[in-house]
Amino acid sequence: MRYAETGFNLEIDLSTGNIERVSTDPKETELHLGGLGTNAKILWERVPPEIEPFSPDNLLIFSSGLLCGTPVPGANRTIISSISPQTLLMAFSMVGGFWAPELKYAGYDKVIIRGKSPDWVYLWINNDKVEIRDATHLQGKSTYETAELIKEELKDPRVQVMAIGLAGENRVYFASIETHRGSASRLGLGAIMGSKKLKAIAVRGTKDVRVARPAELVEACKEILRYIEHRLNNPLPGVPPILARIGSPQEMALHDEEWHTISFAWGHARHRRKDFWNKEVEKMWADALERARKRLISCYNCPVQCAGVIQLPGHPPYIMKCFSKLTYTMAAMVDDLEFGLKIAGRAQHYGLDGYTTPQVLAFALELYEAGILTDEDLAGMPEDIEGRFNWLLDRIVRREGIGDVLADGVYWAARKIGKGAEAYDHNTIKKHEQIPIKLGVTNPIYYLMWSTGEKINITQIEGQIPQAPFSRREEREEFVKDWVHIPTGKEEKFKRFILDWGEPGTAFPYYPSIDVACELVDWQEIMHYIDDSLGICAGLSSFPIKPPYHIHNLPLIISYASGLEMDEDRLWTIATRNRNLVRAINILRGLKKEDERPPEDHWKKRFPEYEAKLLEEYYRYKGWDERGIPTKETLNKLGLNYVSEEFIRRGILRDSEGSS
Amino acid sequence: MAMNEKGEKKKRKVKVIKIDVNKCNGCRACEVICSAFHSQTKYGTNNPSRSRIQVYFDPLKNIYVPVYASEYTPAECAGRNKYIMDGKEYIECAFCGASCPSRDLFKEPDSKLPLKCDMCEEEPPLQEPMCVQWCLNKALTYEEREEEIEEETELKELETGLESLIDRYGRQKLMETLARMAQKE
Ligand code: SF4
Ligand code: SF4
Repeated sequence: MRYAETGFNLEIDLSTGNIERVSTDPKETELHLGGLGTNAKILWERVPPEIEPFSPDNLLIFSSGLLCGTPVPGANRTIISSISPQTLLMAFSMVGGFWAPELKYAGYDKVIIRGKSPDWVYLWINNDKVEIRDATHLQGKSTYETAELIKEELKDPRVQVMAIGLAGENRVYFASIETHRGSASRLGLGAIMGSKKLKAIAVRGTKDVRVARPAELVEACKEILRYIEHRLNNPLPGVPPILARIGSPQEMALHDEEWHTISFAWGHARHRRKDFWNKEVEKMWADALERARKRLISCYNCPVQCAGVIQLPGHPPYIMKCFSKLTYTMAAMVDDLEFGLKIAGRAQHYGLDGYTTPQVLAFALELYEAGILTDEDLAGMPEDIEGRFNWLLDRIVRREGIGDVLADGVYWAARKIGKGAEAYDHNTIKKHEQIPIKLGVTNPIYYLMWSTGEKINITQIEGQIPQAPFSRREEREEFVKDWVHIPTGKEEKFKRFILDWGEPGTAFPYYPSIDVACELVDWQEIMHYIDDSLGICAGLSSFPIKPPYHIHNLPLIISYASGLEMDEDRLWTIATRNRNLVRAINILRGLKKEDERPPEDHWKKRFPEYEAKLLEEYYRYKGWDERGIPTKETLNKLGLNYVSEEFIRRGILRDSEGSS
Repeated sequence: MAMNEKGEKKKRKVKVIKIDVNKCNGCRACEVICSAFHSQTKYGTNNPSRSRIQVYFDPLKNIYVPVYASEYTPAECAGRNKYIMDGKEYIECAFCGASCPSRDLFKEPDSKLPLKCDMCEEEPPLQEPMCVQWCLNKALTYEEREEEIEEETELKELETGLESLIDRYGRQKLMETLARMAQKE
């Protein structure tokens, strides 16, 4: 008997039209849990590094997390994985909403797509009935329209849909896959879906998901809900409002945007506007958001309501959350929030990543100002900035003219354009656009996270700790009092880190010490890998400070739901195994130490030697060699002998290596 | 409920779940816990399509309607109804809780037996029905009051179920099947 999971994957070959329901090996669940973990295992086995992103042999995996579909609050993530057309590395993106639980109720843990359809199709999964259906009539339709039309066609409002828009159809490297309640936006998964001519996947399921120890599980869930309620009513004191809450950053509820607008960079990650925020702006922006926002809504089985339904007169409605509220406004250097809300909606209907897209648009205009892109390149572009952003957006999703170049993202576009454009590629890591943050002095914790995060997105590795010291000693003491989240054995060290932080001599980059920085980063990252295999929302777990889920209650919850024997050590080991497997895939795909660094101008004051030392020590802490490659010893200890063997076979590791 | 002398009025506890559609955020936590609570082994399985509350919502139209399963009906109404409120068009029969042949709602997904909200009846009684407990946004709130009623017998769950089977297969066929099954045992 399988608990929490269904024990079946759906294998779809779009080239042949073959559909198979395949039972999975429970051993894999013990080793990797599910979600990202088992996705990585499948990619390792079936997508060798010779396979290019747009090859029919590349897989696109839509996975539920292990706990999706159980009563565990906030366990609703779909983890989509493939090879990114932009970074050429493994891509994984998590999306909230309702799709993953629905897939479980239909009787599947994953949908694995291979091949390439000759014509546009969508997939309809209705319990045991699975069909590849014609989607030629949906071509060109927006992500939202597509979902609406499919629901109408299937005559069931309870169908859940994942869809791409024009951007995905045209293989824009930063195309997203959208549900009505969230986006899998990073790393170009929408382009992979487009390359397979798969417009959407619709799911409806009416089967049971079983859990192993029902009464105990529901008690544990109640406990989680009680804590969520407590945190909703009691924001953390002493940190900026946006960090004081749980859930995705509460951008749809909060009007205080001081933290983002003055500490993040505007334009193409260029300008700090430290005096931008004032009462007048706050009033204007609050009004704009209130006018546009119809309601705050939640994902499946979660009370936190992080998203807002946005509707502006004359514009189709859409659902927004998090920092994409500000990304367009700030990239365009426009003071009017309504502009950002409007264009973000258009972009979401097209199916574009709300982090990368504004950066690409601002980059293009920077090149224009510098004379690298000419009037000829941009013939027909309007004069005003708002018009320009929209004009460029329309060209990118259609790959028209300059849009065709920009559609590959800043890194590739800069190289294609040449004429010095490369110098303007100043905010990518591993070829992927980053959140626009440019700060003063190297922060050792963030240095390691920006450098090594394989999700290549800071929000998918950070969490747990405040981003600045509390100014008063009493605040620090108060903070550590109920800080139950720390892994066993690290309590002393991590509490001391908070208690001392802010005293003289605790400035970056030398605070915290290298060993503490390594341990903190490892903790932060491991929590994300746990969530991504369970399908729990990072907003309730790995991302906020003092979240409802942590390393001490998760093992029990996993155990109650799935019947797996679980404790802190085992869980940590599984997450570490998954983490190393993702790295292994990327090592085969050519990931190098040189790729592991934040942009040059990320901090004004840099410490190259110290940073090198940090990275070296962190690699060692992770059990990786000086090139960032997991050693044979590390791999074999995690039961990844097949990886070390492959590394040796390919000459990446030497046979004798690893015991060093 | 105490038995009463014939002809006497009796008091009944009236249980009311108030549904504030303006507070509903469409999270479906109510469906989750309802289906788990009513699972054959309590909480043993989860399946929102077995839930006796169903949230019909369409965020793009700003529509949120949690509906409770009410009576089983063998025949659909003579026609359908469709509400338009504040310019928003709701789906047909959006507010109806009947387990009705016109649609799949409020039926066990495999047997098609009708579902009906029982206010999470249990011994000892719960403080509040489970859906109310799990709706942290207070879209669902619970109240009890006393009311005098005429005596009447309510159909128990099994009877409602059997009645729907009679409607589907006919009394004769059902009796035969039961007899055959009894022989096999
Ligand atoms: S915390 Fe927010 S983003 Fe996370 S599951 Fe709940 S509503 Fe969705
Ligand atoms: S739990 Fe409450 S807020 Fe959530 S869908 Fe049900 S009624 Fe609406």
